[in-house]
Amino acid sequence: MATTSTRKGGKKRTDGTGGPAAGDGADAAGGAGAPGGLSPLGWARWAWRILTSMRTALILLFLLALGAIPGSMLPQRVVSPDQVAQYYTDNPSLAPWLERFYLFDVYSSPWYAAIYLLLFVSLTGCVIPRALAHLRLVRARPPKTPRNLGRMPYSARFTTGAEPERVLEQGRSVFKRYRLERYGDSLSGEAGYLREAGNVIFHIALLGLLVSLAAGYAFGYRGNMLVVEGDGFANTLTSYDSFYPGVAADQDDLAPFSFTLDSFDAKFVEDGGFSGQAESFAGEMTYKDHPGGPERHHTLEVNKPLSVGGVQVYLLGHAYAPEFEVRDGEGEVVFDQPVPFLPRSEDPGKTADGVVKVPDALPEGLGFEGVFLPTAQERTGEDGEPELASVFPGAEDPAVTLTAYSGDLGMRQAQSVYQLDTSRMEELGESGTLRPGDTWELPDGAGEVTFTGYKDFATLQMTHNPGRLPALLSASLAVLGLLGTLFVRPRRAWVRASAGPDGRTVVEVAGLGKTESTANGQEFHRLATELRDRLREDPAADGPASSKE
Amino acid sequence: MVYQLAAETAADQGLASYSDHLIIAMIVAYAVALFLFALEAAYGRRTALKGDRLVPVGAAAPAAAAPGAGGSSTVDLDAVPEPGGGTGGDGGTGGDRDGDDLSVSVRGSEPQASASRNVLGAIAVAVTGVGFLLNLAQIVTRGLAADRWPWGNMFEFVVAISLCSVAAFLYAALRYQARYLGTFVLLPVVLLLGIAARWLYTETGPLVPALHSYWIAIHVSAAIVATGAFMVSGAAAITYLLSHRTEAKRAMGERVAGIAAKLPSPELLDRVSHRFVVIAFPLWTFAIIAGAIWADEAWGRFWGWDPKEVWSFITWVIYAAYLHARATAGWKGTRSAWIGVLGFAALMFNFFGVNYMFSGLHSYA
Ligand code: HEM
Repeated sequence: MATTSTRKGGKKRTDGTGGPAAGDGADAAGGAGAPGGLSPLGWARWAWRILTSMRTALILLFLLALGAIPGSMLPQRVVSPDQVAQYYTDNPSLAPWLERFYLFDVYSSPWYAAIYLLLFVSLTGCVIPRALAHLRLVRARPPKTPRNLGRMPYSARFTTGAEPERVLEQGRSVFKRYRLERYGDSLSGEAGYLREAGNVIFHIALLGLLVSLAAGYAFGYRGNMLVVEGDGFANTLTSYDSFYPGVAADQDDLAPFSFTLDSFDAKFVEDGGFSGQAESFAGEMTYKDHPGGPERHHTLEVNKPLSVGGVQVYLLGHAYAPEFEVRDGEGEVVFDQPVPFLPRSEDPGKTADGVVKVPDALPEGLGFEGVFLPTAQERTGEDGEPELASVFPGAEDPAVTLTAYSGDLGMRQAQSVYQLDTSRMEELGESGTLRPGDTWELPDGAGEVTFTGYKDFATLQMTHNPGRLPALLSASLAVLGLLGTLFVRPRRAWVRASAGPDGRTVVEVAGLGKTESTANGQEFHRLATELRDRLREDPAADGPASSKE
Repeated sequence: MVYQLAAETAADQGLASYSDHLIIAMIVAYAVALFLFALEAAYGRRTALKGDRLVPVGAAAPAAAAPGAGGSSTVDLDAVPEPGGGTGGDGGTGGDRDGDDLSVSVRGSEPQASASRNVLGAIAVAVTGVGFLLNLAQIVTRGLAADRWPWGNMFEFVVAISLCSVAAFLYAALRYQARYLGTFVLLPVVLLLGIAARWLYTETGPLVPALHSYWIAIHVSAAIVATGAFMVSGAAAITYLLSHRTEAKRAMGERVAGIAAKLPSPELLDRVSHRFVVIAFPLWTFAIIAGAIWADEAWGRFWGWDPKEVWSFITWVIYAAYLHARATAGWKGTRSAWIGVLGFAALMFNFFGVNYMFSGLHSYA
């Protein structure tokens, strides 16, 4: 038998009433030694018992936490592939070793999967029997009233003039929150079923969460796209700049929506210490669910994605696309459109780089490397020479500078739209600072280029994740279950009414909390007192000895 | 919400500087309270606490009250109506005035709870209350000055977490007589606030667009409140470990002197620590979920293994392990207290380490 202190030594409690005790069963195999000379089935059983024990769950939980740590220390491909590449350049000998242990893909690595799969197998093996046991308990009648109620953690006793039947009748209404069962001269009640139910719901909801995540990973897709103000987008594979399908995603059957980015507006804080900090981004868009469907409008903002056809369209970034008109050496307009320039990542002034490719210019193809400065200002550079820099991310006073090349752009090979292959080209020279409307006459009569203005562009991400809502549902259920398991107190209570020797009825009230809590004692006492008071005021209880008042 | 340009908020400069003065006042108040609590801990008399208002044992701790186990002890049940209703073994039958007096018997394992007490402690609680009000005023004025939720950067988080820790502590002190935790809760609070005022201070300003969402109110508030409660739990767990060592020494017959001898009973600290994890864990779970919903809106995925997400997850798993440990034989007591301390360390690392060591979407430090 346990002594007063149960903190140490792992003595299992016996609550004397045979309910499924907290942690029992699950705990049973905790310290089981290896079974000597068992049949294969015996071994399997033994392994299963170990796996589904509370101690194993505990260790697996630790491993789950421990295993997550390297993923936060080392760059991860899911988060930042560029940083992984950078890591390879910086640590060429170490990186392949880390790769061997999947340390750049921790959360999709086989060893991490092994941890959480084992954990979830353990969880299933632990929770299903518990759920079944609970189900039996819920359907069963509250257990028989023990003979000696005086030995319960809480017990109270009083006499009344009321008939035993009357006492039990009142007992029913006082213990109304309990499920009651009549056994002879007593009532046996049980309450707080929701604790166990909550526990089961919580753990099963975690399983649901895992399945939802897996479904999202397998059947979802994600793609990135850059859209200039005024341009449209149709959801087909070829419209994307980059596309990341899930392992089981159906790429030929993308939701057939389309949209146009009608306008885009970026605001930045103008003055004060926070000058240049982004203040708001808003894109006005017109979209259709499917070709021929009704047109709708949406204002795209950082926290307001467009939800269309099961796909979420997010605003990731914003920058500018300067517009150029190019005439070739023969005076023909061979190019007239905005060109997205990519901002330099660390520059608060959002200086952006880009290239303009005019392969069809005559007599020779033209190419330009350019720099776009949203708010251009002369300032003194580090070398003491005046230089042009962008001092603000908003396009207050935009300017571009260009370097022109002529020759063969090498367009027959696939190439990035952000890079100019100048290996077979000849540099023509550099422009001065061009403001909107300025034209630069190219040397050697090669043509001329006009910086006609700029447009905003948005980088967007489209994601389709079928696991989103199931995940949210599971997570919400988990919280509800958790509240149940942490805050509901399962408890039993009894009322016995028997005729005493003096003709008065002896009433015994007793209570047992399956989890110890001072709140239990208080509740039992309140109910016992209430029962006594009711009987006192009850006219039907005017029995033989209650004539004093 | 309206986000004004900084230039236009010049009129609010007065409010902003008012809130800056409040920071100093609040740190001073907490420091004074800390000093008084320390005095109480060192020079108070070890006094038994009333049994009726101790921390309830949480749902996970199996009841030790097996029939016949331990001695029956008196639980002062609220409002036992008549003097006759005493406690006595198996209880005599009432033969009193009305014949229907309750005769009550309670068996339980209420711990012998005692802690160092002194009148200074009561004053310290009051001073802590003043600090709490200053803290609240600081947050409100800062919010008004910036015209937004006042938790958008590290400095503001620290101030808000302090508020919640102190609130949780005051609750524990008033509800569960747990003012013996004062030193252990206020020490990190004063340290954190000192660090915040010295190194993390940022001017009141507008938020970046990614933070324009009502989910910031929900997600960050839940995380802050949970952190406050975890902090009280962590403080209790550390005190538990110290107090447990004292007990162990006593059990071995060693004489224990000084402050160590006056630490509150370990059982009590264990309960406080568990109680606040029980309160904080669902909140933390909810905070993570709200964060995932927000991430889904802002970044297009609800979970992306960003370092901040990873460490929130690690913290969550460690506290889940803590709850399991308490239901696992052989893991109760010191071992689970260590897990609680570990959880708290992960929480703090998530807060400071992650913001400054790793780059991620959450780095708005
Ligand atoms: C993802 C992993 C898991 C998480 C996050 C988790 C979380 C929790 C939480 C928060 C509780 C509530 C503790 C309380 O009642 O105070 C709990 C209880 C419980 N868990 Fe888990 N759990 C996990 C896996 C498991 C596994 C694998 C098992 C079985 C081996 C298990 C068995 C139990 C049992 C038996 C209880 C009830 C303890 C009691 O009755 O006091 N859990 N779990």
